[in-house]
Amino acid sequence: MDLIQLSALDLAIAAGLVVLLAGLSLRLALGIERKLLIAALRSIVQLSLLGLVLKVLFEQSHPALIALLALFMLVVAGYEVMARQQRRFTGIWGMGVGTLSMFLSSFSVTLLALQVIIRVEPWYSVQYLIPLLGMLLGNTMSGIAIALDNLTHNAWQQRGQIEARLMLGHAWQQAIGEIRRNALRSGLIPIINAMAAAGVVSLPGMMTGQILAGSPPFEAAKYQIMILLLISAGTGFGATAAVWIGSRRLFDERQRLRLDRLRAGK
Amino acid sequence: MANAWATGSGISSSSAPIEVAGLRLKRFGNTLLEPFDLEVSAGECVSLTGPSGSGKSRLLRAIADLEPHEGEAYIDRQSRHNMSGPQWRKRVGLLPAECFWWGERVAEHFSELDARLFQALGFGPEVGDWESSRLSSGERQRLGLARLLANEPEVLLLDEPTANLDRENRQRVEDLIRSRQSQRHCAVIWVTHDREQQRRVAKRHYLIDARQLREVAWT
Repeated sequence: MDLIQLSALDLAIAAGLVVLLAGLSLRLALGIERKLLIAALRSIVQLSLLGLVLKVLFEQSHPALIALLALFMLVVAGYEVMARQQRRFTGIWGMGVGTLSMFLSSFSVTLLALQVIIRVEPWYSVQYLIPLLGMLLGNTMSGIAIALDNLTHNAWQQRGQIEARLMLGHAWQQAIGEIRRNALRSGLIPIINAMAAAGVVSLPGMMTGQILAGSPPFEAAKYQIMILLLISAGTGFGATAAVWIGSRRLFDERQRLRLDRLRAGK
Repeated sequence: MANAWATGSGISSSSAPIEVAGLRLKRFGNTLLEPFDLEVSAGECVSLTGPSGSGKSRLLRAIADLEPHEGEAYIDRQSRHNMSGPQWRKRVGLLPAECFWWGERVAEHFSELDARLFQALGFGPEVGDWESSRLSSGERQRLGLARLLANEPEVLLLDEPTANLDRENRQRVEDLIRSRQSQRHCAVIWVTHDREQQRRVAKRHYLIDARQLREVAWT
């Protein structure tokens, strides 16, 4: 089964629907038509660029270029995590907490998948590395963003309770323990829900893509299972790292609560 | 001259301050206060007053090492540097003006329930089962004091501990603190706006005025 190629006209029809939706938004005074169109335009430009970049990388397959693209993806994801925070850490920690946690989890899980599970030769083969890393980063990013936002929001709200415990000589881990656990739980719930609904309610993107590209459905299902499991592990470890680094950063070397290390986001 | 203090030596020269166990602050200050020295001996209570916003509460928080500040602090001749934040705060206990409760029941905030302590503050032993979210402001304040005293701190920093209390409970709190001074030699800094209370609880009185901590004499 050959892949049916999409023409510019095909894409224009799909784009037309979004323009129609924007018109509806205007008519109903929802006020989001601008946002909608910009986001649609962004996705068109970004995905086209990625397609072009991957095309070049497929031909070149130079490790340095692949590393550069991976790094770029990580930095953008790190920025996204920060942009979704109501209260952000000041200085380098604003982007640092999320970026570092994603680096630790997404990169190591991707590496594990490539070397131990799929055993691609060479392991940095673009065809496997970039899509895998992309899916891991995208999902880990959401989990970490939610967990961190929950952590800083609740630490801010419950500063009285945290300090009440510090005043009695409790260690910082004790003082913020419950808030930390809640933050981590909140970061893990989306992926748990996604796993529970997979195949019953939703047909996940990767499987859809492989089936459209002509893979046997059962092979596609196996890949999807692997990816979902890796994503949940990556999200879990990434969110754990982020909550740990973030909560540590909320206290200083004297174990004082330092909410002055947070600033309000936009 | 102050070396005898810093080294913890037991010998005092005539020019050195009298050595007493308790709380000692040296060149202590924060953004609201010029650096000052202050000593509160074991078993002594000093009162602290000043207009609102002058930094009384911030000063107590700094002494409890809850926020950044300048200067040195010692308890029983031991420098704060030689202990962790939690170790210091366990010995230098702060009772804030507003006491927060993190657990559902009062008992969750105590490692053990001391019926005599509760009784001294006018509570029966059943108070441990009370829901902490339903406490009145006066109950929060008295139970906050119980929670703090159960920790057996050596220094007590009290931020208007009787502000929400009626006459009877105010008396209970004053008696309880006095007994901690005489029996367990607690050093106390007591923030209050009540002149009469200052006279009752303390012999030395301090005032924060124009970024300065000054000792005041009242006749």
